[in-house]
Amino acid sequence: MNAAVARVFPIATVVAAIMIVWYGFTVYLNAPWQIERYEKAGIEWQMEDLVRDTMALDRPILPAPHQIAIEIWQTTVEKKITSKRSLIYHGGITLSSTLLGFLMGTVLGIGLAVSIVENRAMDKSLMPWIITSQTIPILAIAPMIIVVLNSVGLTGLLPKALISTYLSFFPVVVGMVKGLRSPDPMHIDLMRTYKASRMQLFWKLRLPASVPFLFASMKVAIAISLVGAIVGELPTGAIAGLGARLLAGSYYGQTIQIWSALISAACMAAILISIVGLISHITLKRMGLQQ
Amino acid sequence: MTAETSSNAVINANGLCLTFDSSDGPVHALKDVDLQIDKGDFVSFIGPSGCGKTTLLRVIADLEHPTRGSITVNGMTPEQARLERAYGYVFQAPALLAWRSIERNVGLPLEIMGISAAEKAERVARTLELVGLDGFGRKFPWQLSGGMQQRASIARALAFDADLLLMDEPFGALDEIVRDHLNEQLLELWRKTGKTICFVTHSIPEAVYLSNKIVVMSPRPGRVADIIESNLPDERPLDIRESKGFLEIAQRVRAGLRQGQL
Repeated sequence: MNAAVARVFPIATVVAAIMIVWYGFTVYLNAPWQIERYEKAGIEWQMEDLVRDTMALDRPILPAPHQIAIEIWQTTVEKKITSKRSLIYHGGITLSSTLLGFLMGTVLGIGLAVSIVENRAMDKSLMPWIITSQTIPILAIAPMIIVVLNSVGLTGLLPKALISTYLSFFPVVVGMVKGLRSPDPMHIDLMRTYKASRMQLFWKLRLPASVPFLFASMKVAIAISLVGAIVGELPTGAIAGLGARLLAGSYYGQTIQIWSALISAACMAAILISIVGLISHITLKRMGLQQ
Repeated sequence: MTAETSSNAVINANGLCLTFDSSDGPVHALKDVDLQIDKGDFVSFIGPSGCGKTTLLRVIADLEHPTRGSITVNGMTPEQARLERAYGYVFQAPALLAWRSIERNVGLPLEIMGISAAEKAERVARTLELVGLDGFGRKFPWQLSGGMQQRASIARALAFDADLLLMDEPFGALDEIVRDHLNEQLLELWRKTGKTICFVTHSIPEAVYLSNKIVVMSPRPGRVADIIESNLPDERPLDIRESKGFLEIAQRVRAGLRQGQL
């Protein structure tokens, strides 16, 4: 009981602090517009009217947390999943391209890392390009990818997933290269005294040693896969996905919709990272790498 | 082979030199080392840091290559000997693989050599018993104390039955009490198995207690200062270290080390 309190208390404190600041800003930022409305209508207003009304605007500059919560409730629980207005529908579309992109990014990242560690020429020639690839702003390159792939007939899930892949392979390469090179020189000498082949050195030493590094990278990779998927949904003409909800919301000044999509994306990221963290924990524990 | 080389020489080095290139110019890790180690010897290499004792062990193991001179291991080049898996090597640290249980660590060399699962299990069990770790096979390295981990690494070196055991300061990081205990066990193991053991240390009592031959080395350049044959009985209780014979040998080793410093 006490342990649970000790874990929840710090988080709850921070959440409470954020809520207080958020409500404060809701009133502060929405007040000028609300006051203008009172004056136009010639309404006498008190401070408590202002506080109440600024938290209940249709298109506030900053919606109150409970408005977002209600919006999320209405667009998830109270809408059919097949509805175009369901956040679960849009979230599912984003999630599928996130997961596909993450999977491809991880596989690509591991493949590149192995070739870099096992081949000197690859090490020299690939690494600079991999680093360069990440210096290009994703917002600039995402529409290009979508447009180019659309013109060759690739639409829907794959182009978006490729943007996720483009972002997520990078931490996997970097982490995996470090992991594959992490064995102590002593361990490498040890394998040498056994006349271990290159393959045995890889499978029995380098690969298992890299597993903790891989999981650390995958946590970063899955979060930016989600970012990639959302960015990938922006230039598709706002058809579907959380990115589309964000874009549509900003076209029509639907700030509550924007914020509810944002919060949903953040929750999804948190859940995805937790799942990878859990798999990591279980795997490392079974491998004896975590006490 | 020269005339004085007996046929049961396990290691035979003649005029062995090894120079490392560094930014401050060449470092003479080994210079003109002549050495013969016979079958069943327990040889200690002792000297201050930088005297080349570890380098010499690594040359025997084909982990370093001499720049000049010749060396044979079991009558072969060190590389051939390594490829024949002629020796087991114990490092300064246990160097166990953290993701493998103790029995899978000990079984690692057998796995690499492609030995059948049944024989592997049998040999792992036997060697774990030999080092007093029976019952700990399913533990992970982090669940064992430092001394037990080092015993596991010795078991791993013994698992594939090489006749030669190369040990590089295996007990250097352990406390005195554990060290005494492991020294006793190592001696018993040596008597039981009749293996040839090369043992690097910087402790005089350890060298005198364990070996029947002590190679005293001196630094810059690394060379052999003295080779002392010990006449202590094979049966050595720990309190032999207070005996007159023991102290005399220790005295000679100390004198050899001091002379090497000049």
